[in-house]
Amino acid sequence: MIEIKDIYKAFGDNHVINGISADFKPGMNNLIIGSSGSGKTVLLKCMVGLHEPEKGSVLYDRRDFTRMSFEERIEIRKEIGMLFQGSALFDSMTVEENVMFPLNMFTQWDRKEKLERVNFCLERVNLARTNKLFPAELSGGMKKRVGIARAISMQPKYLFVDEPNSGLDPKTAIVIDELINEITDEYNTTTVVVTHDMNSVMGIGDHIIYLYSGKKWWEGSNKDIAHTDNKELNEFVFASKFTQAAREKL
Amino acid sequence: MFFHPLGKYILLLIAVFRKPEKWNIYRKEIFREMNSIGVGSVGIIAIISVFLGMVTTVQTAFQLVSDLVPRSIIGSIVRDSTILELSPTISAIVLAGKVGSSISSQIGTMRVTEQIDALEIMGINSPGYLILPKIIAAVVMVPLLVIISVGLSVWGGYLAGTLSGAVTAYDYLTGLTSEFVPFTVTVCMVKSVLFAFIITSVAAYQGFYTNGGALEVGISSTRAVVVSCIMILFSDYVVAQLLL
Ligand SMILES: Nc1ncnc2c1ncn2[C@@H]1O[C@H](COP(=O)(O)OP(=O)(O)O)[C@@H](O)[C@H]1O
Ligand SMILES: [Mg+2]
Repeated sequence: MIEIKDIYKAFGDNHVINGISADFKPGMNNLIIGSSGSGKTVLLKCMVGLHEPEKGSVLYDRRDFTRMSFEERIEIRKEIGMLFQGSALFDSMTVEENVMFPLNMFTQWDRKEKLERVNFCLERVNLARTNKLFPAELSGGMKKRVGIARAISMQPKYLFVDEPNSGLDPKTAIVIDELINEITDEYNTTTVVVTHDMNSVMGIGDHIIYLYSGKKWWEGSNKDIAHTDNKELNEFVFASKFTQAAREKL
Repeated sequence: MFFHPLGKYILLLIAVFRKPEKWNIYRKEIFREMNSIGVGSVGIIAIISVFLGMVTTVQTAFQLVSDLVPRSIIGSIVRDSTILELSPTISAIVLAGKVGSSISSQIGTMRVTEQIDALEIMGINSPGYLILPKIIAAVVMVPLLVIISVGLSVWGGYLAGTLSGAVTAYDYLTGLTSEFVPFTVTVCMVKSVLFAFIITSVAAYQGFYTNGGALEVGISSTRAVVVSCIMILFSDYVVAQLLL
C-alpha cells in the first residue's frame, strides 16, 4: 500500500499540487485522472522521487520515502516498476538488453537465468522473438509493451504508469489496459495509472482520483463516476456531445 | 546568474563520482566510450595535426628572414609550440566540436525522452552511469590523441619545410633534437587531461540539464561547444601561467 499525505508542489509561482492525500491499495488499479496540465504527471513524479515535493510525505508500506537518503531510496526503487508516457526505452539497446538492464544492474544471476526471465517477461506482453530488435524498429504499442516488460522484470511491488494509451489507436489502447489489469491481479501490485482516457477509466478504474486545481476534487470507482453530481468531473468525463448523449440514455 | 550553474555543475560532478553500482557494467561502458571518443577521433586529429605542423613551419620560416639566426631554430620552434600549445589546444577545440556535441545531444535526448528518469526509477545513479565512463574514457584517450597529434605535426612540419625549401632536412632535425626540455611534455599532458575533463563534463552538464524537446537538445549541444571552447582557452592560460 502507498499512502500520500498532504503533498504540495510548485514550480515558481505555478502551484501545481496543493495538498493531496490518498491511499493506493495493492491488487487494484488506482487511477489519477484530470485534464491536460492538471498536474497528474507531477503528482506521479513526486511519488517516485523524480520531483521533490515541498511538503508532505509518501509512504511505501509505512516506509517514509520522502525522508530517505539516496541509498535507502534505492532499496525502495528496486521494488518499483514504471512505464513512461513515451516508453523511455534505451534506444542504444535492443529489446532484450532493455528488459535485461535492471537484472544486470541489481542481480547476481548468470546469463542463462537472466535470459529466461527476459523471455518470460516478453512472452507475458506477447512479444516473444522480438529480442534483437531496436526500439526504433517497434510500433508505439510494441514500445509500450516492451516498457511494461522492463517494468516488471524485477517483479515490482509497485507499478506506476503514465498515460499508457497516449498515441495509441483505441484497440491497442485496450490491449495495454488489459495487460496492466492482468499484471496487477496476477502479482498483486499496487498499481497507479495516470490517464485522461475515458475508456481506461471505465474499463479498469477500480479506484479513481480526479485532480482539479491542484486538489483531489473527487474520489470513487468507475461504478460511481457515471452518477456523480460533481460539476467539474462531469464536464471532464462527458466532454463531448457524443458522450453527453450517451449519458442521457444511462 | 553565474554561480547558480556553477553550483549545479559541481553538484552534478559529485553525483558522477559516487560509487558505481556494478563495476563490470561501468567497465564495459568505459571501453565502448574509449572506442567512440578515442579511436573514432584519430582520423580528424591526424588530418588537422599534419596541416598544423606544416603551417607552423612555413610561418616560422617566414618570420625568421634574418641571417643572424640559424635555420635549425625552426625545428625547435615547431617542436615547442606544437607540444606546448598547438596540439593540445587545437585538438581539444576540435574534440569539443566532435565529441562534446555528440555527448550533449546523446544525454540531452535521453533527458527529454525520459530515459534518464527511467534510470533513476530503477535506482541507478544516472549521472554516474551516463557520465563517469565518458570522463574516464576521455581522460585516458585524449592524451594519447594529443601524442599522436604532436608526432604528426612535427612530421608535417618536416614535410612542408623540406618541400618548400624553407629549411633543410638536416637543419630541421638538428633543431628538433637540440635543447629539448622534457618538462614541456608534462605541461602538454596536464593540458590534455584537463581539456578532456572539460570537454566531457561540460557537454554532459549541458545535456543532463536540457529540458524541453528536440529544439532544446540542439541548443544544449551548441552551448556545450561554445562553453567548453571558452573554458579550454581560459584554463590553457591558467596552466601556462602556473606551470611555465
Ligand atoms: N519540470 C517542470 N518545470 C516547470 N513546470 C513544470 C514541470 N513539469 C510540469 N510543470 C508544470 O506543471 C503543470 C502540470 O504538468 P503535468 O503534470 O505534466 O500535467 P499532466 O496532468 O498533463 O500530466 C503544467 O502547468 C506544467 O507546465
Ligand atoms: Mg502528463
